[in-house]
This record gives sequence, C-alpha cells and structure tokens, in this order.
Amino acid sequence: MGIMDQFFQQLINGISLGSIYALIALGYTMVYGIMKLINFAHGDIYMVGGYVGFFCITIMHLPVLPALVISMVLTGLLGILIERIAYRPLRSAPRLSVLITAIGVSFFLEYTMMYFVTPQPRTFPHILSDVAYHIGPFVVNNQQIMIFAITIILMALLTYIVQFTKTGKAMRAVSFDTEAAQLMGINANRIISFTFGIGSALAAAAGVLVGIYYNSIDPLMGIMPGLKAFVAAVLGGIGILPGAAAGGIILGIVEALVSGFISSTFRDAAAFAILILVLLFKPTGLLGKNTNEKV
Amino acid sequence: METMLKVDDINVYYGAIHAIKGISLEVNKGEIVTLIGANGAGKSTTLRTISGLLKPKTGTITFEDEVISGTAAHKIVEVGVSQVPEGRRVFSNMTVMENLEMGAYIRNDKSQIKLDLDKVFHHFPRLAERKKQEAGTLSGGEQQMLAMGRALMSAPRLLLLDEPSMGLAPLLIKEIFEIIKDINKEGTTVLLVEQNANMALSIANRAYVLETGQISLSGDAKELAASEEVRKAYLGG
Ligand SMILES: Nc1ncnc2c1ncn2[C@@H]1O[C@H](COP(=O)(O)OP(=O)(O)OP(=O)(O)O)[C@@H](O)[C@H]1O
Ligand SMILES: [Mg+2]
Repeated sequence: MGIMDQFFQQLINGISLGSIYALIALGYTMVYGIMKLINFAHGDIYMVGGYVGFFCITIMHLPVLPALVISMVLTGLLGILIERIAYRPLRSAPRLSVLITAIGVSFFLEYTMMYFVTPQPRTFPHILSDVAYHIGPFVVNNQQIMIFAITIILMALLTYIVQFTKTGKAMRAVSFDTEAAQLMGINANRIISFTFGIGSALAAAAGVLVGIYYNSIDPLMGIMPGLKAFVAAVLGGIGILPGAAAGGIILGIVEALVSGFISSTFRDAAAFAILILVLLFKPTGLLGKNTNEKV
Repeated sequence: METMLKVDDINVYYGAIHAIKGISLEVNKGEIVTLIGANGAGKSTTLRTISGLLKPKTGTITFEDEVISGTAAHKIVEVGVSQVPEGRRVFSNMTVMENLEMGAYIRNDKSQIKLDLDKVFHHFPRLAERKKQEAGTLSGGEQQMLAMGRALMSAPRLLLLDEPSMGLAPLLIKEIFEIIKDINKEGTTVLLVEQNANMALSIANRAYVLETGQISLSGDAKELAASEEVRKAYLGG
C-alpha cells in the first residue's frame, strides 16, 4: 500500500475512533456548560453504558439497536441519579469540593462495577458479521460505518434538541446565566438533570459502540477514553457543542495517524500533547471565542 | 386600594453582611411605586428577594394574599411577578426572538403568547426589526428593551424593574420611561428601582427611599420630589 493509501486508511480508522470520543466529549462539554463542572465520572458512565449494552445483547439476546437504546435510557437515568445524589447538594459549594466529589463518583462506579461484574474483561459477542467494503484501495468495515452513522444521527438529534426545542433553548439559557433563566420561570435543577441525562445517554451509546468495535469491555475501560474525551472537549472549546464533536474527530484522526505512521506506543502521548498545546496557545479551544464567554 | 405586594419587615443577609434591615413596603394594584437610594443601599437585594433569588432570614413577602417568601424563584414567575434584572442580563448567545420565547417559558397558550409578542413589538418596534439578531450584538438601549420585552412575555401582573436607565443616553431614558408609563396604563403594576431619582419620581405614584438597608422616607412621589431632604440627597439640590 502506498503512503497515501495508508493515510486514507488511517483516516477512516481515525474517524471511527473519533466518533466515539466525540460522543463522550459532548456529555463533558454539556455538563461543563451548564454547571461549570468537569465531571470526571463521565468516562465511567460510558463504561456502565457498555455493560448495560453487553447484558442486553448476551442475556436478553437483543439486537444491536434495541440494546443501544435501552443502554442509553438506563444510563441516562443513572446520570440523572448521580447528579441528584452527588452534585445537587453541592450546588453552592466551592468548585473544588464538586471536583473531588466527581473523582469520588468515578471510583465508586469503577469499583462497584468490579464487585458486580468482576474485573475480568468480557468479550462482546460478535453480533455483526464482518463485512468489509472495498472502495478503491480502502477498506471500510460495516462496524465503522455503523459507528459513524449512529454518531451522526445522535449529533443531529442533539442539535435539533438544543437549537429548536423549548427545553433545549432553556438549556442554553441556564448555561449562559442560571439566575436570569430562573427569572424566566425556568426550573434550573430540572434542566440540569435533563442535561446530565442526555450527556450520559450519549456516553452510553459510545460504550456500546466501542464494545461492538473492539469486542471487549472491562470496568476500567472508561478511564482513558474519559480523559481523551476531556482533551477533545478542551480542544474544541469546553462548553461548545460543535467544538466537542470536532475535537473528538480530530483527536481520533491524530491518534490513528500517529499509530499508523509512527508507533501506537505514542498514541496516548499524542492526545496529551494536543492538550498541552491547546492550553498553551488557545486555551479557549478551536471554536472558543477569546473572551471567557460560555455557551 | 387593593394591596398587591406586601413586604413585611424582611431581613436579608449575604453571609455575615446584613444587607436589608427590616424593610416593609407595599405596592397597590395599578400603581407605579419607585424605590430610590444610593449605591449599595440595598435596592437590588430587595428586588432579588421579592423574586425569590434570595431568601429573607425573617419577615414575609405576600403577593395577592399568597406568601411567596420561601417559594423558589422559578415558581414566583408563575405567580405573576417578573423582574428585569440590573444590567439587563439578556441571553447574549441567543437571538432576540429566542430571548422573548424564554420570557414566555411558563406559558403554553400559543395564541395569547402571540398577542403578547405583538404587544412587545408595539412597545419596542426596534426589537421587531431585529428578531433574528443575537442579543449580545444589540446596543445597550436595545438590550434594555429586550430585557423588558422578555419580562413582559410572562404576562406579569407585577413588573419589577432594576435600574432601567443605567448607562443610557438621556433621550433613550425618556423613551424607556414613557414605555414604562404605557405598560402601567395597560394594567401592569410596576415596582421601579432607580438611582435616577428625578425620572423615577416623575412617573411614580408613590416612593420609598432606601438608605443602607433601611427605609428612611416614604410617601407620595410628587411630595417627596418637592421635599428638602430628597432634593438635597438625591436630586442634586
Ligand atoms: N453577592 C453579594 N455578596 C455580599 N454582599 C453583597 C452581595 N450583593 C450585594 N451585597 C452588598 O449588599 C449591599 C446592598 O447591595 P445592592 O446590590 O442591593 O445595592 P443597590 O442599592 O442595588 O446598589 P446599586 O445602586 O449600586 O445597584 C451592598 O453593601 C453590597 O455590597
Ligand atoms: Mg442595584
């Protein structure tokens, strides 16, 4: 394969991986936008989503799409519950307290899961028979197509909700100025719950897709992608939805190119190098305005 | 006269700071009442407490015979009290139209909302021309109009206004105050907080003067405007 062919092949791989990052990053950025909280438990919510999908497929013998939807709903409810129990009582507490709580929630999810499902990785059943499509010199498999398609659909749905529905507009209002939103009669707590629910559901979708793509899940699988998605959110501009999507895809592509052309050992280093570069040169992210404006 | 809002001996604190020290005031149905006072007197704190953003430590606030001190801020809007906050606080990241939609957030009566929207555009024609513009790109005066229009979209019976003249040119202040008078004539009761005592007293029926968290004077707006004390302290002579 020529170098250009290899480049495009890695591009395809990168877009698949990047779609996963993007789905997780959207939740990070939504929760940050509305509460100014870096929800470090977000990667673990993605892990829980993966397990719910796994059990839907193995125990309940459901096809992919119903498993995906059930996982999104249940994990979304878990996100709402976590916000209600762990974060809401800290609404007027210093931000550091909330951050530490988020780390606590993260450990809680990881080790509670370990207790119930054992630390052993589980092999995701092969539910989609492998079909590879050859487009010229490139190979795209059906899983990659599915990941990309589902990501696009979910992003379109999210955009529709945020831009055009009353609740979505209220989300933007609360993100911009919680107090002014309350003066409109908006119940900020309910909107924050909703935001957690949506963000968690998107992460759950990513968890199920990763299970299908890489065939394996384990209780600590959320740590790395959680950090990477955080990098993606910062890269795009934290609090900005299209930024999270773009940041995720870009990060996925960079990682794939680094693995393909340099060495997969440097994959993670590349992600964190990006974080450092962003923080040094454009801390507001690619799509961020240079003021401290939030979206 | 029918009492609409009754603030009864409230004390409000910011942590250890005692910002409001036993204020009582009343607003009757159909009135324009103004609350004037220097920087830091506690005018905004009073309005924020009425709107439920702050809770009084002691004392009660009653609106149309319903106790609202202790009610969540978003529920107080449903009761019929709407506030135009200090500094406008429009949603800069949203369009003019979206801001107005947020004002009507608590309502579902589509046809009535449409009528109120027309009313807002009638009061503020400049907003009608800028429906699709992002609120953050409006001029200060236009933002004030949007903040007022947004508050009116909840169809309040009592409108709280916190320094609508702030940072505006004299001509625009005049325009805004005319509109406040019109809004009042159409049936909305108004509680107006101002530093511009001259303007405020000229359109109000009654007034309260606030000094470091306490009411020092109150009475008929015309009489207060003529009184020696108020002239010296707030009207520059
Ligand atoms: N968030 C806060 N924390 C602590 N103290 C506050 C806070 N907000 C206001 N204060 C204090 O409460 C007092 C009353 O403030 P308030 O904003 O109500 O005054 P104001 O009459 O509206 O003044 P201005 O005309 O400047 O708007 C001031 O002494 C102020 O310093
Ligand atoms: Mg004030």
